[in-house]
Formats: sequence, C-alpha cells, structure tokens
Amino acid sequence: MTSGSQATPAATVPDHPAHEDLVDEKIILCYYVAALTFLTVSMLAGLLVALQLVHWNVLRGIELLSPGRWRMIHTNAIAYGFLANAFLGTLHWVVPRLTFHKVLSKPLSWFIFVTWQVIVGLTALGIILGPTFQDQPWLLELAKQWRLPMNLGAQGLEWGETPFWIDPVALLGLLLVAVNFMVPIGKSKGPMYVTLWYFMAAFVWTFLTYAMGNLLPEYVVAGTSAGAIGGLFIHDLVGLFVTPLGWGLMYYFVPILLKRPIWSHGLSLVGFWGLAFFYPLQGIHHFLYTPIPMFLQYGAVISTIAVELVVATVVINFFGTLGKKGSEFFTNLPIRYFYTGMVFYFITCFQCALQVTLTFQKLIHFTDWVVGHAHLVMFGVFSLWLFGIMTYLFPRLLGRPWYSRTLCEYHYWLSSVSLFVMFLDLTLAGVFQGWYWASLQPWDASTDGSQPFWITRVFAGLGMFAGLLCFLANLWMTWRGAEAAERSSGRVAAATA
Amino acid sequence: MFESKSGIFFIAGIGFFLLAFLGNGVVPMLMYKDRPEKTVEEVVNKRLLSQFTDLAERYPEPFKAAFGEASPEKCAEALRLGRQIYVGEGCWHCHSQFVRPVSNESRRYGPVAKSEEYDNELQRPVLFGTRRVGPDLSREGGRHGNDWHAVHFFKPTTVSNNSPMPEYPWFFDGAPDRPNRRGLALITYVQWLGSWLDEYPYYEELVEVKGD
Repeated sequence: MTSGSQATPAATVPDHPAHEDLVDEKIILCYYVAALTFLTVSMLAGLLVALQLVHWNVLRGIELLSPGRWRMIHTNAIAYGFLANAFLGTLHWVVPRLTFHKVLSKPLSWFIFVTWQVIVGLTALGIILGPTFQDQPWLLELAKQWRLPMNLGAQGLEWGETPFWIDPVALLGLLLVAVNFMVPIGKSKGPMYVTLWYFMAAFVWTFLTYAMGNLLPEYVVAGTSAGAIGGLFIHDLVGLFVTPLGWGLMYYFVPILLKRPIWSHGLSLVGFWGLAFFYPLQGIHHFLYTPIPMFLQYGAVISTIAVELVVATVVINFFGTLGKKGSEFFTNLPIRYFYTGMVFYFITCFQCALQVTLTFQKLIHFTDWVVGHAHLVMFGVFSLWLFGIMTYLFPRLLGRPWYSRTLCEYHYWLSSVSLFVMFLDLTLAGVFQGWYWASLQPWDASTDGSQPFWITRVFAGLGMFAGLLCFLANLWMTWRGAEAAERSSGRVAAATA
Repeated sequence: MFESKSGIFFIAGIGFFLLAFLGNGVVPMLMYKDRPEKTVEEVVNKRLLSQFTDLAERYPEPFKAAFGEASPEKCAEALRLGRQIYVGEGCWHCHSQFVRPVSNESRRYGPVAKSEEYDNELQRPVLFGTRRVGPDLSREGGRHGNDWHAVHFFKPTTVSNNSPMPEYPWFFDGAPDRPNRRGLALITYVQWLGSWLDEYPYYEELVEVKGD
C-alpha cells in the first residue's frame, strides 16, 4: 500500500543473494491462510460465548457446541492458531531478508507448517471432544495410579489448555522453529539489528515458557506453587512470545515503510533489555490476594510498574521515528495499522500500571475489566499489527495490488473502532461488576446489571467480524486476480518487492 | 554484550528467564515443599460422604448404574472424575476458587483462602481462576442440596432467575432427576469444595456431621 515501489535492502546490495533465493513465498501464503482460518473460527467462538451471556444463544444445550468448551477454542485459536501462524509466516519473510541467509531447511519449514496445523487442530478437537469421552475406566485408573489429572480434553490452565497428549509434539515443534530460524541468524555477520535481538530471545523464551507452563503445574507441583507457575506462564506467553515477536516486526517494517532509520538506537537498547529483565518477573500479578506469599505479590507489582516505564521509551522511540512524516499515518495503511496498535499498546501499558496495584485489584479483579484489557492487547495491538503486515505483504506475495482499497479501509476502521468500543465497554462493565459484588447485593444484580454492556459487546464483536469479512472478501478477489475495481495514481500498490 | 548473539541468547534469553523462574516459581515451591500433597482418597471426608450417600438415596437407579454402592472408594472415584469434568467443560473460566481478603468477599463466601487448602491432587494445576461471571465456588459445598444442583445443571434458569450459565443436559438421561455418571461426579465435586472447613453448611439436614 505504500505509494510507489521501493528498492529492498536485499536487492540493492550486489554481493548478496536475491530475494527469490532467500524467501519461500509460498509457505508465507500458506501460513497466512491458516492464520486467517483460525481467526475466523476464534471470532465465531467468541460470538457464541457473547450470545450465551445475553441469553441469545439459540444453539444452547448441544454438547459439542457448549459455550464453556468454545470459550477455550476462542482463546487458543487466537494464540496458537492466528498469532503463531501469522508470526511464523512473517518470520519466513523477515529473517532471511535481514540475515541474507535462507532458513535452515525448506523441507523442515514445511514439516513445521504441517505439524503446527495438526497441533492446533488436535488441540481444538481435544477441547471439544475430550470431556465427552473423558469417562473411561483406564483413564481413571491411570489418574489414580499416577495422581495426575489425566484430562483427555483441556487442562486447567489458561492458554495451557492444550491437552497433555499434544504437549510433547508442540514442544518439539517450538524447538524446530527455534532451530530453523536461529541458524540463519547464527550465520549472519556483523552487528545484529534490533529485530533479531527480539526474535532470538523470543525463540528461547517461547520454548522455555511453554515447557514450564505445560509440564510443571500438571506433573511437578500442586496448589499455591502451581498457581505461581501458572501466573508466570499466562504472563510470559504474552510477554515473552507475542510481545517480542510483535515488537521485532515493528522494528523491521516501520523503518522500511517510512524509509528512515529508527530514531534512537539507545532507546532501542533500553526497550529490549528493560523488557527482557522486567517482563518475566511479573507473573504473580495475575493472582494478587491469593494465598501466594505476599512479598512475591509485591515484587510482581513493582516490576510491572517498572516495565511500563520501559515500554513508554519504546513507544517514544517509534513516534520519534515517525517524526515529521506524520502524514504517512493517514495515507499509508500499514503504517496506520502499526501506529494505531502502538497507541493501543501505550493505553494497555498505562492501564496495566494502574490495574496492577492492590488498590485497583480490590475492585476490578475477576471482572470484565480484565477481559477488556486482554482484547486490547491481543486484538488492538498484535492483531492490528499483523493485519498491517498482511496488508503490506499480500500484494507482494500475490504479485498484484489489492482488489479494493476501500475494503482495506473498511477492514481497518471496523477492526480498530469496534475493538475500542469493546474495550471501553468491558472496562466500564468491570467497574460496575466490582461495585455490585463489593456492595454485597445478590449475585444476580451483577449479571443483570452487566446486560447492557454485554449486549454492546456482541455488536462490537460483530463489527470486528465484519472487518475480517471485508478483508477475506478483498483477499479472495485479489487472489482470483480480479481486476481492481478502482485505480488511481496514489492507490496502486507496489508490485512484488 | 548488549548487542551480541551470545549476550542475547544467554543473558536475556536463558539468564533472565531463569532468574524470574527462580524468584517467582522456585521460591514458593521451596517454601511449601514440606507440606504433603494429599491424594484424592485422603481428601474424601465425612461431610462429602454424607452428600455422596444422599445422592445414592435420592437417585437410587441412576446412582446404582453409575457407581453401585456409596463407599469412600467410589466417592474418591466420583471426585476424580468430577474434577476432570469441571476442567474439561471450562467451569473454571467463569467460577474462581479463592476468597480474597478484600471487597467484602469473606462476608459473601466465607473464610479467606489459605494456602494449605490447595495442597492436594485435585489442584493440579490449581484452579484459582481469573474471572467470575458466576460466583466463587471454593465455599460452595453444602450451600445447595444435591437436587438443586441437578436442576441447576440441567437448566440453570429454573432455579436461578436470568442466569447466563449454559445448560448441561448431557449430564442427564433426559430429565433432571436422572443424572448420569458425569452429572453425579460433577455434583460430588462441587459438594466437596469447602467441605474441609468447619464452617461447611448443611443445606438440608441441620444435624451436625463431625468432620474428620
């Protein structure tokens, strides 16, 4: 969507391999199709749960469509189906172009692609069918013998629901991902660019985080200690898997699209090392006022407030990079996605520094405030960034401009505005719920009083889904090679880079 | 160091992760390492057994088909299965299992949660929970009778006006007075929650059942 085609670093340096030799474009397309498929599934699952809460679920009472099970499909499909797939696809573009080396092996890449889809698909299948077939004598015997939960379906940890019989495969997959991308990074000469710091750390962290969360609380420790590990896991999955990959991509795409370097290298260093040090220390802030030792809770609160200061420097760095090119925000759609995400990121972090305090926790813990926060991070920041990247890359991967710039605009506006409405709505709902509970009214008061907010949420969600449908329709038409319905000088997207 | 591959791999990637894991994960493990983790058989208590027996008397035919006679062993089996169902159906996404010392929670639910309450096999992973669409359940046992739970799982709005909770007809053979094995197990699990406390209420029989 940038105006005019620009030369890419790989193409301008004669000594280095050409883009075609470095990047496997087909696998990127496959990853993106998988990502968008799981995003659609996830949104439909979210819709089902939202309708249940406002009593509009016409599919109630059907075992395989139980909102309790589909709630887990909603979150897992976003994390492992959409975000992971979209990240992996984009990594296949970014890593070879930054390092001038191909990924370790093309067959391995395809093996990882297939394996990952099997992992996500089986996770969904396990969550949906597991509880139906749970009651088997041999399972109960195993559970009794080993004193383990032995759930065929979901396990009892958020985002760690992945059934235990898939965990080893997922770990193997993550290890192969790390190897496949670390090899080109290892081969690269000279100073490493910021993006690669984030990626390298993310490959290590994601594997360690997944292993910790999916093995320890199930097999090693129970009770309060398992709670501390669980807090670390759900926090690190956002902070050490999604966040570093997301920021790494921003450090790559923003300078390329703006055609100017990152504003301050010093701030890049502060941002990376601050995140690396403080982010992992905060897991317990998800379980404040639990029986986890209080001094650990205080530590988590303090390091959370510290990391918010650090991320402020990252956001400042990117706005410094935008500098006087502010008009790009309006004309360049990927840039608009990126910077909208950054504004949401800043709101998220500012909100986080407040809500992590014990004062706020009294009121808003357990409420929809937290749900609003989660949507702002996962959709408002990282999904918008990935939409921006896809908007930029699809014309290059398919070799033709977008079928309709208008549909791209609809995708942006419906996604970002609906998300912001949902965020405000759920945040406010959280405050109401907190007061309903603290004032000791009957429980029904809180669920009845939430109805206006929950109804608003249904429509905000439908808005986000409509945005996705615009994107999918646009992609379908572009892929088929339909002639662009509208063309004007400023709207012609670049040919393949 | 700050921009080198080894610095990022070993210090940021592995080092800082391990530091946080030691500080936030290993410290509580070491603090609680001397407290034994109870097995399911050990957490079956007299209060729970009275509820389990009540299930056998109230639903004789379904109970006989599912568990035979009401014995402590069968009660442990039901508890184990009930917890698996509770996790698999995602109950814990809308119901927490800890009472906080703030926000009047001890008035609504009962005693504030203590760490030792969670030292058992059924808290792998611990089911603290992070969201309350419905109320906390860690003090739920005994607050409602088994018949209430059966009707409530079958169709929540029958006994709880405007409840947004989903219906679970697959825990029954067609009617709320015919709970199947999964239904009976889940009711047993819910009646267990909080049964270790002396404050365990007795919804139906106001006779005190001595704890163990």
